[in-house]
Amino acid sequence: MNLIQTLEAEAIAALSENKKIPAFRAGDTVKVGVKVIEGERTRIQNYEGVCIARSNKGMGSNFTVRKMSFGEGVERVFPLYSPNIDSIEVVRKGVVRRAKLYYLRGLTGKKARIAERRDPRPIKTTEAAE
Amino acid sequence: MRTGVIAKKMGMMRLFNEDGRHVPVTVLALEGCQVVGARNAEKDGYFAVRLGAGARKAKNVNKPQRGEFAKAQVEPKARVAEFRVDNADGLLPVGASLSADHFVDGQLVDITGHTQGKGFAGAMKRWGFGGMRASHGVSITHRAHGSTGQRQDPGKVFKNKKMAGHMGDRQRTQQNLEIVRTDVARGLIFVKGSVPGAKNGWLLVRDAVKVPTPEAAPFPGALKNDNEAPVVEDVIINTEVEVADTPAVEAEAPAAEAAPVAEAPAADAGEEKKEG
Repeated sequence: MNLIQTLEAEAIAALSENKKIPAFRAGDTVKVGVKVIEGERTRIQNYEGVCIARSNKGMGSNFTVRKMSFGEGVERVFPLYSPNIDSIEVVRKGVVRRAKLYYLRGLTGKKARIAERRDPRPIKTTEAAE
Repeated sequence: MRTGVIAKKMGMMRLFNEDGRHVPVTVLALEGCQVVGARNAEKDGYFAVRLGAGARKAKNVNKPQRGEFAKAQVEPKARVAEFRVDNADGLLPVGASLSADHFVDGQLVDITGHTQGKGFAGAMKRWGFGGMRASHGVSITHRAHGSTGQRQDPGKVFKNKKMAGHMGDRQRTQQNLEIVRTDVARGLIFVKGSVPGAKNGWLLVRDAVKVPTPEAAPFPGALKNDNEAPVVEDVIINTEVEVADTPAVEAEAPAAEAAPVAEAPAADAGEEKKEG
């Protein structure tokens, strides 16, 4: 590891010390707890939607969550290691055959559904998950 | 005016603020940044600190330079630079190593370096010219610069006409870059934003000329180990580890002596309280 990688690894360890980042991928429905500052106090606001893309680049890793809000599509890009992210929770796993689900942007309703991913055999759970 | 330091560009990363905003930073490393000499008014007509950084094989150093390094009793340095100071107060002892806390957090600095070389570049890339049309009868000259002047009247191309030529690899100074953080143990300086040049390039980091230097910044400079005696450093100059060990042992000894003294009254006080 070069110096930058070492520094990033240390920073990531420090930032993810008090929270667990679950394994999730594109197609999964996630609930992201975002810290919102309202004047003096801070509160946690949940943002739930389908993760349509992940970008892995060390400290700069981020993921995009898309949801329908009052009939309007909303996308939000979260830095994975941001201190503003309080928690990430996987609500539902999905079966998709793409890494980036940008095609969902043109689809609504029934067409925008994603089938649920279940582990087919309990014995091979670990393999299937990986 | 304080001396600056010679640092090496290691690369860029991001840091997160406490409020969640991220700061893009460039990581600079002090690699054996040592004082190799001084310029003074009597002999040279001005005051300056001569610093060296990095390592270079002795066989690749020419004889006059080898003489200079030998006189200062430091290892041959890859990069040597002078930093002007106002008077003799700004000079540092020869052989002293500069430490990363030379700069304080939030301070603004100017960083000088050579920009990335782009080679021989055309007018479009070098000066942002528009080029010519892709069709409508234009043949072969789609990226040419076009006219360079008038007719017989001036009869020449004026000087400084923007044309193709070598681009990049020029000395540039970026002003008022913020120091976000310093790491003294590893000798790292985190500067907000980008700096000139490629990775592993040498940079000169100085206090910003356009804003006053903060009071907290150490004058004439922050040295490693806080060991002001240059004689000691001259003797054990070869390895940084040894240099680091010597004062540590000295520092521990008085601390160990002081500790029992400090504990004793406390213990007494505790007993008295119990008795009371």
